[in-house]
Amino acid sequence: MTTSPLAIQLMRFAFLILLWLFVYGMVRVIRTELRASGAPRVAALPRSRRSKRSPSTENRPARGRLSQLVVVEGSLAGTRVALTGKPIFIGRANDSTLVLTDDYASTRHARISETSGVWYLEDLGSTNGTYVGQSKVDGPVPLEAGVAIRIGKTVMELR
Amino acid sequence: MRAPSNRLPTRRNTELLYIVAAAFVVACAEAIVEITRNSSVSSHVATYPLAALTIGAAAHVAVRRTARYADPLLIPCAVLLVGLGLVMIHRLDLGLAQQAAENGQTYSGVAAASQVVWAFLGLGVFLTVLFVVRDHRVLARYAYTLALIGLFLLLLPAVLPARFSEVNGARIWIRVAGFSIQPGEIAKLCLTIFAAAYLVAKRDVLSLAGRRVLGIDLPRGRDFGPLLVAWLVSIGVLVRNHDLGTSLMFFGLFVVLLYVATERVSWVIIGVLLFAGGCFVSYHLFANVKQRVDVWLHVFDYLQNEGYQMSQSLFGLGTGGLFGAGLGGGRPELVPVAKSDFILSSFGEELGLFGLVAILAIYVVFISRGFATALAVRDSFGKLLVTGIAFSFGLQLFVVAGGISRLLPETGLTTPFLSYGGSSLVANFALLALLIRVSDAGRRPPTTPPSAVTTDSGPVPIAQGRAEATS
Repeated sequence: MTTSPLAIQLMRFAFLILLWLFVYGMVRVIRTELRASGAPRVAALPRSRRSKRSPSTENRPARGRLSQLVVVEGSLAGTRVALTGKPIFIGRANDSTLVLTDDYASTRHARISETSGVWYLEDLGSTNGTYVGQSKVDGPVPLEAGVAIRIGKTVMELR
Repeated sequence: MRAPSNRLPTRRNTELLYIVAAAFVVACAEAIVEITRNSSVSSHVATYPLAALTIGAAAHVAVRRTARYADPLLIPCAVLLVGLGLVMIHRLDLGLAQQAAENGQTYSGVAAASQVVWAFLGLGVFLTVLFVVRDHRVLARYAYTLALIGLFLLLLPAVLPARFSEVNGARIWIRVAGFSIQPGEIAKLCLTIFAAAYLVAKRDVLSLAGRRVLGIDLPRGRDFGPLLVAWLVSIGVLVRNHDLGTSLMFFGLFVVLLYVATERVSWVIIGVLLFAGGCFVSYHLFANVKQRVDVWLHVFDYLQNEGYQMSQSLFGLGTGGLFGAGLGGGRPELVPVAKSDFILSSFGEELGLFGLVAILAIYVVFISRGFATALAVRDSFGKLLVTGIAFSFGLQLFVVAGGISRLLPETGLTTPFLSYGGSSLVANFALLALLIRVSDAGRRPPTTPPSAVTTDSGPVPIAQGRAEATS
């Protein structure tokens, strides 16, 4: 007994469609991921932020609220770290939140932490110092959105 | 899974769903092959999808336990490719058996069965790497050891006598006691790790020192050292092993990592010029290289001898056309060693351009997730490591696809995950495990360092105490 040519033709095209459906499904997953990461990292944000909004507002954090630390210059440019309320350690140590590989950075260089809704930057006794704008950090400095923090060749800011 | 609002979604359920879907696609493929050829289905319809599903499920469980936040698409892509590879290898076995029967011989090849065994070995390696390497950054410590191992493996076939290393004219094998392994695949793994670690350490020197000529930043003479070593090795492989593919892949990998690490276009320009110059010189100096290029350029003049494999592959792709001959409907077994080097042309013949592009799209998804991982991870070594891994998959695929379609001279490289071949499959599973490991580190909520102890009150960064002690 042989299978009818029609059935073989049907299977031939059905399989191609199936294969492309799989690809389409994966692309959908990637799209969902892009949405989730375009909005500030989901951690510690209220549910309502994930509800439907226009894409332009989705990329922006809620006004007056800092949501992420973004590296804007240097070898780690483009890297984002969400502000979840826990302190962020910056330095060459392997267990830092942001691991710098920069000859001008110290092992434990700086810390960004939150106290009653305000984010502070502290230098942890680094050799080459930490700069906010043009001035060297000496003791805890409150941070605002868009102010450049410079450590060695890396520049980052809060958004 | 609805993640609690204070946690990032891990997307593990998406992963499981796509692993099951991949196994379903594999089951359909195998069923179509058997119905088309024999009008009935055998137990293989269950075997291969189950093998793919088992591998996927085991990897999935391991990822749930040790790398919860890893990218959800990497494993399904690999499972689908391994599964489709199994189906195609089995289909070639059937074809070869029929061909032998027509000639009054018997064909006793059971390539598909041994590929299943290799796939499970690959799974074993995947699990081992995932459980042993809990933090990818420790790999940087073994950079120079790995570099030595890698170079040794890469050059070993070149210095061994031909009877231990030569298969079909390419000396890229080590054959011992009935086993043949292709050390280049394992060398790729070692050298990628080395290049990433080395460049993280030396990046500043390579990108800052130098002069600017004609708008291009030229590096200093002494910084050329590593690039020249990589170049010499790759040209040596080309001349001695008769293998453009391996040579192109290693040099390309190194140049791209240099470019990514230093953001200097000059390295790419210098690299391309060096490689082109090296190829040109070896073409004129060495007869065997010249002959290979000659066969490549005038393949139909060598229809019955050196060009047979290539021209059969082209005929196969032509037969396939846009929509293919249907799984089981073509004669892909006419291409010699179709199951390893030319498996993409088998898919091209049976699934057509549309099917072949779908398979390439699966690779594109896999590779793009690798690059996305490189962007997300927060340490330079991890970034360079996954960039290297993802790029080497891409370049390897380019070399293989170029090889079967005569864009490049034919090479002895395997198609990652898809091809028949134990060492390649095992090495690719190890690379997959590293990708998963780095991807987990990149997508993990940021203030949980890998070394932190997680308690009920939330993660406690160990760094905090130490940092305060030093501040």
